[in-house]
Amino acid sequence: MESILLLLGAGILEALQPVNLMMIILGCTIGLLVGAMPGLGSVNGVAILLPITFLVPPTAAIIFLAAIYYGAMYGGAISSITLGIPGASTAVATVFDGRPLAQSGQADKALIAAAVASFIGGTISVVLFTLFAPPLAAFALKFGPPEEFALMILAFATFIGLGGDDIPKTIFSILIGLVLATVGLDIISGQPRLIFGDISGFLHGVNFLVLAIGIYGIGEMLWTLETTKGKVAVHKVQISFRSLIANLKDIKSYIATSSLGSVLGYFVGTLPAAGATPASLMSYGLAKTFSKDPDSFGKGNVAGVAAPEAANNAASTGSMLPMITLGIPGSPTTAILLGGMIIWGLRPGPLLFTEHPDFVWGLIGSLYIANLATVLINIAFIPVFVRVLTLPFTILAPIIYILCVVGGYAPTQTMHDVWLMFVFGIVGYLMRKLNYPVAPAVLAIVLGPLAERSLRQSLLASQGDMLTFVERPISGVCILIAVLLVSYPLIKKYRNKPKANT
Amino acid sequence: MTVRTAELLMGILCALCSIGLMVKSAELNIGWIEGRGPGSGAWPFWLSTGMLLASLLTLFRWFRGITPESRSTVPYMTRETLVIVSISAGSILFLLVATHLIGIYIALLLFLMFYLRFVGRHSWLLTSVLMIAIPVFVFCLFEWALKIPLPKSITEPMFYPIYDLMYS
Repeated sequence: MESILLLLGAGILEALQPVNLMMIILGCTIGLLVGAMPGLGSVNGVAILLPITFLVPPTAAIIFLAAIYYGAMYGGAISSITLGIPGASTAVATVFDGRPLAQSGQADKALIAAAVASFIGGTISVVLFTLFAPPLAAFALKFGPPEEFALMILAFATFIGLGGDDIPKTIFSILIGLVLATVGLDIISGQPRLIFGDISGFLHGVNFLVLAIGIYGIGEMLWTLETTKGKVAVHKVQISFRSLIANLKDIKSYIATSSLGSVLGYFVGTLPAAGATPASLMSYGLAKTFSKDPDSFGKGNVAGVAAPEAANNAASTGSMLPMITLGIPGSPTTAILLGGMIIWGLRPGPLLFTEHPDFVWGLIGSLYIANLATVLINIAFIPVFVRVLTLPFTILAPIIYILCVVGGYAPTQTMHDVWLMFVFGIVGYLMRKLNYPVAPAVLAIVLGPLAERSLRQSLLASQGDMLTFVERPISGVCILIAVLLVSYPLIKKYRNKPKANT
Repeated sequence: MTVRTAELLMGILCALCSIGLMVKSAELNIGWIEGRGPGSGAWPFWLSTGMLLASLLTLFRWFRGITPESRSTVPYMTRETLVIVSISAGSILFLLVATHLIGIYIALLLFLMFYLRFVGRHSWLLTSVLMIAIPVFVFCLFEWALKIPLPKSITEPMFYPIYDLMYS
């Protein structure tokens, strides 16, 4: 325990280094803006801006991206409340009570409750993260290639079991991500693979950023243009220092539900498929169930804003736990962070704690600082963020497209990748319209090379015996849970059927 | 085209694409190589087989009308959506083609002019400010700070004086 506090102290000091502190403030502000814009969430911000972080050292870069992640979770509430459109899917539940509050002229009350609840969620989850990460990483040191592979299977199984999307389409999305990751030179034999039409651009593989920026940059903008038609109407927000103090006193009416939501959100967030959106919906449901006045939910109850906001912030921290300790991302955003770590030459996984403690603890320390920085920036600049929402799409869209194009060019510096990104964006958008989930593909392309390597290493060691994955205790348990997760939707369907007949 | 037709077409395309990937992977060894483990083609081959099965399952569910999309007769793309999406997609396409022909900076300038002035109908003042400021910002960020030269094609000579300033 004492050693954790020492390491944490060092991490916080690392995060307070001028360059890192600047990254935190910049990241939080950008995150708040990105989160506040309807349609854009943390994953879009992180995907589009990752190439720009090559400018600074890896620690500063991940601190910047983590701060964007954090800021976006706070920012999502702003458009949920003032526009009635969730700023990101993670803030869907915030609309339920945030919009009625804004319609009755209490937008300031809702915005401050969202910020304070996010802070509660952030704080509780960061503390949980600090306590859970080192022991989990120490445990994960025992993992060999079969365990790594089994964990990845488990991660993909959560999408099938808990993702809630059409199952064959989810499987297709996972597999195509994995196949795209195999393009290029084979990691073991060095043979060129899947070089379509002998185009040399495929030899360096399909960079995960090309898919991520295509889908979350171009595809997402097209999707947003379609759903909003570029028109939005903002509710008025009036805020003064006096109302701020009065609203802060409301905290006692929602501190209990927010704390509960934070713990829930943290654990839901660690699951790859679940994450912040279901966490916030569950937390909303829980707050309503345990409320003394459940009927007021949906009509403008402050606790209905606070509960989901606390949960989605806690979930974003939760999703970093498996990324840092196991090398398995807990959300699409952390998948991109993980891919970034590989680009920076770090091998994600349990060894990170022993090999690069300054990096890991710097990141953890930065979460504490970022949480505090975001709540202050958020409350201080609420009017500014509300102004941003009135920015016309015809200005925002071309800027995003340009960032996508130059961002797609930067990692490999070939136009081939930019074209590929454009194609992925369009195809991703067309498939998403047909309910093909896109997040599993992004997760899969990041994990693909790691999954293939651990599979082939395991098979080599076992002389081609597939049973090795079941015979080893830890991987056996993972595979068992994966099988249960995959069969869960089937069992649920089977059990519901008799009921439907009667 | 209705959503129903679109799902059928997408299912068929996915299946064909999976078969293509299977054939392509099978060009390499997909079996077991003694002492070296599975051949390089094995992993992508079995993954694409999985993709094929998943697409066939989607097609089966389409025939049985299980997915909500297979029962939906609303248009896949309304006219309005088609216009708004093709303007965006078309202008990015233009940006990419123009980058090959006249370099990215002039392409960015034209792209912004088109999008801001003709799509967004913003004032000429705002259009020209952004049209100049954004490419300059991109230049500073990439060429100067990140040291990543962006493609300039035939406009390369225009930048020689700036290079002289930057690298002298």
